[in-house]
Amino acid sequence: MKSHVWRPLWIVLGLVGLILLLRPLIVPSDFGTGERGFMYGYHRKGNEEDWKAIKVKYRSKEYCKDCHQEKYDSNMSSKHSIIQCENCHGPAVDHPENPEKLVIDKSRALCIRCHAYLPYEQSDRSKIKGINPAEHNPDMECSMCHDPHKPNLGG
Amino acid sequence: MKFSRRELLITAAKGALITALPMGAIKFLEPKEVMAEIKGPGKVRWAFLVDTYKCVGCGLCVKACKNENEVPYDTPVTRTWVERYIIKKDGEMLADSPMGARDGFTENKIRETAVDPKDIAKAFFVPKLCNQCDTPPCVQVCPVGATYQTTDGVVLIDRSWCIGCGYCIMACPYGVRFFHPVHKVTEKCNFCYHRITKGLNTACVDACPFGARMIGNLKDPNDPVTKIVLTERVGVLKSEYGTKPQVYYLGLDENVR
Repeated sequence: MKSHVWRPLWIVLGLVGLILLLRPLIVPSDFGTGERGFMYGYHRKGNEEDWKAIKVKYRSKEYCKDCHQEKYDSNMSSKHSIIQCENCHGPAVDHPENPEKLVIDKSRALCIRCHAYLPYEQSDRSKIKGINPAEHNPDMECSMCHDPHKPNLGG
Repeated sequence: MKFSRRELLITAAKGALITALPMGAIKFLEPKEVMAEIKGPGKVRWAFLVDTYKCVGCGLCVKACKNENEVPYDTPVTRTWVERYIIKKDGEMLADSPMGARDGFTENKIRETAVDPKDIAKAFFVPKLCNQCDTPPCVQVCPVGATYQTTDGVVLIDRSWCIGCGYCIMACPYGVRFFHPVHKVTEKCNFCYHRITKGLNTACVDACPFGARMIGNLKDPNDPVTKIVLTERVGVLKSEYGTKPQVYYLGLDENVR
């Protein structure tokens, strides 16, 4: 065959060879099909560890209990015992080292997430003691009368 | 050519035997493959259970999720969200999820329009998150192998490998995928993979005061989630897509989509 046919063919073959040579350098060594096969498991294995290494920020009530036993006990004896400390106090992360102080959310907006009455009978929402935020002391913070840890009035 | 009755019967029997033989019977498995089949791929299959009766639409799950997974708080994107459905007596269906219900539902208004309680036939909240499907279409369409399913059933995204083409966002029938405004790659719920692999609950499960959300291992017959999925009437979203979603719902309504 004449050389004008071979020349582009050699270039193509050369490119294919080059790509095959460079491939192991570019593709990470832990890239593979994994246990879920080619369709669902084609990935870089090391990424699974990357995700596992992410920092846990919400530490849950048991973490708070060790230092704030008094607040914990008072809260656990009330209807608000089902609420996590961090829902109002923010994620603990590494508190007390980092952050040293947590920002407490005492806003009405937080309370009315549950306590603004909604007439939805098919949901448990209508069974929660609710107010109309526009009528029930609209200019006051809820915490001025209700203790968020133990919300029963006077209790 | 002569063909005796005996020969015919024998040949027919052979033929029937060969056609009845499945391909799998002649395939030789390597010892490694046989062991893998016996052991099964892993001992964990994460699944989620949502009790829509218990959800009150407070949105504390959304708040916790955004903080835990560092999804910018004031952007309208979120890994999990809560939808409100109001079905009126005249059959009209209203649904909304302002900011993914990050601040909860505090008014009986849908998009600035008040709904008369007398007109409401039924109203309820439905939390949504990634379904971690058994046959995830988002993974099938990824052209670079940046999203994949782990052996324990969670679909993850390799942030260093994602090219941001957005095929997976289009492929997900549940709309759980979005672009992360900071990392500029696809983002979605991964059942708080960093928490569940340490034996913790997901951030949303911990944050929910009412127990409307549960996470469990379907391969453990004693797991509370497994027991409910196996013995109670649970539904999944959009089963007609064949994605085999693994987020199960108690009290799912036909209007939910």
